[in-house]
Amino acid sequence: MTAGVSIQAVSQRYGTATALDAVSLEIAAGEFVVLLGPSGCGKTTLLNIIGGFAEPTKGHVLIGGRDMAGVAPKDRPTTTVFQDYALFPHMSLRDNVAFGLRMRGVDRTRRAAKADAMLALVGLEGRGDRRPHELSGGQRQRVALARALAVEPEVLLLDEPLGALDLKLRRQMQEELKAIQRRVGTTFVHVTHDQEEAMAIADRIVVMNAGRVEDFGPPRQVYLHPATLFTASFMGEVNRIPISGGRAPFGPVPVPDGTLCLRPEAISATGPLRIGPCRVADAAFFGTHVQAHVVPLSAPDLRLAVHLPQSAAVEVGAVLDLGAETFVVLQA
Amino acid sequence: MRVLSWLYLAVAYAFVFLPVVVLVVFSFQDGRLPVPPFKGVTLDWYAKVLGDEDLMAALLNSLLVAVVSSLVALILGFLAAHALARVRLPGSVLMRGVLIAPMTVSYLIIALGLLTVFNQMGIRPSLWATGIGHVVINLPLCFAICYAAMGDHQKNAERAARDLGAAEWQVLALVSAPMLAAPLAAAFFLSVTFSWDEFIIAFLLTRFDVTLPVEIWSMLKSGLSPATNAVGSLVFLVSVTLVILLELTIFRRAK
Repeated sequence: MTAGVSIQAVSQRYGTATALDAVSLEIAAGEFVVLLGPSGCGKTTLLNIIGGFAEPTKGHVLIGGRDMAGVAPKDRPTTTVFQDYALFPHMSLRDNVAFGLRMRGVDRTRRAAKADAMLALVGLEGRGDRRPHELSGGQRQRVALARALAVEPEVLLLDEPLGALDLKLRRQMQEELKAIQRRVGTTFVHVTHDQEEAMAIADRIVVMNAGRVEDFGPPRQVYLHPATLFTASFMGEVNRIPISGGRAPFGPVPVPDGTLCLRPEAISATGPLRIGPCRVADAAFFGTHVQAHVVPLSAPDLRLAVHLPQSAAVEVGAVLDLGAETFVVLQA
Repeated sequence: MRVLSWLYLAVAYAFVFLPVVVLVVFSFQDGRLPVPPFKGVTLDWYAKVLGDEDLMAALLNSLLVAVVSSLVALILGFLAAHALARVRLPGSVLMRGVLIAPMTVSYLIIALGLLTVFNQMGIRPSLWATGIGHVVINLPLCFAICYAAMGDHQKNAERAARDLGAAEWQVLALVSAPMLAAPLAAAFFLSVTFSWDEFIIAFLLTRFDVTLPVEIWSMLKSGLSPATNAVGSLVFLVSVTLVILLELTIFRRAK
């Protein structure tokens, strides 16, 4: 079972501070949505409101078309995977995973069978008798996931579930998370501040900042065609070039006025938007690419970050003729 | 210096334990008086004590009062600690202070207060009255131990339990209490030892059925006897056993 989530003009105030400011979102059933933003942007507050741990000051949350106002977490069709796992240390893994079923009155043999199946789903087959303290961080996270999925929620909420894991394990868990979501088909709402994680797993990314939704779209769109300057710089490195009267500092460009945003990897020798000859100020080999800073000859005050191909032999002081492949112009 | 510090240690332990050692040694006295000289070893006094029906009845009363009053104090203390640790209430600092305050009041004052109140309410002195008194003195202790043990770790697990569909009583019974098993047991056993040893409240609030300390006191009124020492040794043995069990099971595991 799976359901969509409709968030309608939800605001949350704590005293005079505004945590969420009239946020509206439509999340489709079975979708993997990531709430992405810096700390304090309101993403966790929004997750808590969907899960029923906080009541919004204003607005409505509908899950599968039902208004959730005044519905306690235990009565919502949602479960949560918490950042610190929040496993029950005094119970075996099987009892942990079966806890939700026990609360729903499922008999012992059936819930044990279901718990074992869920543990197998997350790659912990045959470990049902272990205790949480015997596991590594990544394994605990899998148990937390199995426990939340065992009750077959319509919407699964994940509160920075990979935040405590080291980088390598995090990347591996991302793939598994995505695969498990495909398998079970449940709507996943996942909170993170890691934009690479967001792009790796999301069907659609919600970029949040200061209690507002800045952008909402598939990773490709949010990265390549960000709606706002905040999204452009939060999703990755970006060169911002002011355009006025059809002119950039390095010369005339066929784009409207505003801020021209160029990603370093979009700049190359062949790009159609010509920047012109640039002198290389510094260059460093990064493995996957060569990172360089260049200064257009026609605009000595402008400094652009550029990612050139691994094979490019770039020397400081050399002059390259550069252009941009993809770009957006945004109004501040 | 080294010798001096060992000597100091020995003197300190002697100061603490000499009275107990003397008590235990003279409970084996083969004579009528538990005073030097030591005349030889006999178990007669233990036989006499264990065959004394009044004494054994008092011992059972003491156990009953200790266990029941400690359970009640533990449950009330745990619930109060859970509420004050989890819910933001107006004046919660004050409430916490008021709950712990009875620890600073002498047992005699508490006993006098209870005696007056019970008289007013028409409650006769009895084991029940004593039990209530022991709940009064042990509740602050249980509350303080439980409150100190509650942390964010449990808070998050409780949140997860609620999220998975647990009602509030299920959260308490299946998650909060089991996660605090060690401090809960520590609070319970400490309460039991305090109740087991307590004299003044039991003395003022019992009449026909008495607890062991009160029975011992009435034995003392008829003069010194190795029998009294034997009872004292038994009481001491029970307390020590409880403390050792506590140390071996709960405190060791908590580390």
